Amino acid sequence: MTVIVDYGVGNLFSLLSSFSAIGEQAVVSSEKSVVLNADRIVLPGVGAFSDAAFKLEKTGLKDAVLVAAKNGTPIMGVCLGMQLLFDKSYEFGEYKGLGLISGEVRPIAEFTGDSLKIPHIGWNKLRIKRKHPLLKYAGEDNYAYFVHSYCAVNCDESVVADTDYGTDITAVVAKGNVMGCQFHPEKSGTAGLKILKAFSELKKGDL
Amino acid sequence: MITKRIIPCLDVRDGTVVKGKNFTGLKEISSPVELAEYYSGNGADELVFYDITASSDGRKIFTDILCETAKNVFIPLTVGGGINSLSDFDRVLKCGADKVSVNSGAIKNPALIGEAAKLYGSQCVVLSVDIKRVNGEFAVFAKGGRENTGIEAIEWIKQGVDRGAGEIVVNSIDTDGVKGGFDIPMLKAVCDVVNVPVIASGGAGKAEDFIALFKEVPKIDAGLAASVFHFGEIKINDLKQEMRKNGILARI
Repeated sequence: MTVIVDYGVGNLFSLLSSFSAIGEQAVVSSEKSVVLNADRIVLPGVGAFSDAAFKLEKTGLKDAVLVAAKNGTPIMGVCLGMQLLFDKSYEFGEYKGLGLISGEVRPIAEFTGDSLKIPHIGWNKLRIKRKHPLLKYAGEDNYAYFVHSYCAVNCDESVVADTDYGTDITAVVAKGNVMGCQFHPEKSGTAGLKILKAFSELKKGDL
Repeated sequence: MITKRIIPCLDVRDGTVVKGKNFTGLKEISSPVELAEYYSGNGADELVFYDITASSDGRKIFTDILCETAKNVFIPLTVGGGINSLSDFDRVLKCGADKVSVNSGAIKNPALIGEAAKLYGSQCVVLSVDIKRVNGEFAVFAKGGRENTGIEAIEWIKQGVDRGAGEIVVNSIDTDGVKGGFDIPMLKAVCDVVNVPVIASGGAGKAEDFIALFKEVPKIDAGLAASVFHFGEIKINDLKQEMRKNGILARI
């Protein structure tokens, strides 16, 4: 069973519906024991990094996610959930993330200047950089739905796919059993459902 | 780079999808749940669900249908109509909406934009504006286009973005329902003053209207229409092929 971590940030309805659509049993939970015993973990998130990091810590779910990560449970962060996997973020200050993947989160505008609209919002094409089980059903012409103002940088060795928005925006990252999507797979049509399908087929110890 | 978005709009009243000409003469088309599911799988980049009921009974029906619809829609879903308070935001977001569109509610209480942006993020707050030319000026209309507020539209939109709106829907009453093309001058005027995504609405009659929109207003992010999609006069997948032929980025 896939567990979607509920730490009070964001709407989990769409993720739940998406897993249901691909026939995967998923539950939303804020219980540490449920997260620890999950076959797979989805770490969602919208809003500000500091607020999410604070809530994750306060609920004790941070420790549960870290233990599960160490035990080899496949973990996927989505949008802000992906950003939380990194060492730190510079959104309205400097805040520590989970440190599961090396890298940091910085404003997109630092790299694109004023020429492009921020947030980066809309459908953009994934450029696959290396093979990964998460993208095993993906084709070459896959568009994903992005909504974000900050992006992960200094994480080249973990990048699985990126996208072009005036600069190379990290789109999919993976390090061992920990992975993340900057875009919303649950809002990316068939292409997104294929990613969730691939994720739901991963088992502890696969990666 | 990001693609130009094509967005069907479903106006929902008493549980069915309707579309009138110049905001009057409503006609029943189809089940919102079925239509939304069809669009989600057939090239739409986003859906707008608009509640045009006035009664509280109608609101309950709309909310129930929205929840049912959202279960089978895996593209972004914007909900508007009857959004007057943070509890309205909460009501539709809980049903699976990704963005919430405010119109008359923001005119009555402009602070709502900022309060919602603070609570849910700017990306969640869409300011929808019905605009009509009055004595050569762009005027904001309320109540589904029936009431001139006397507010100058460009200034209203600028203020809305400053308050925290993350996206603007410009609906030209002058071109709405006429199917003679989008209101290019009005859209240019808006795109010149804001740096958030702008969605064009009102006037689409054929694929060429979208091509003209994206070519003549390069800063526009999306084109929205209702009846031409619902009646099958424009097939979204065909439209996107046509866009690509014209060098416009489209997701296929």
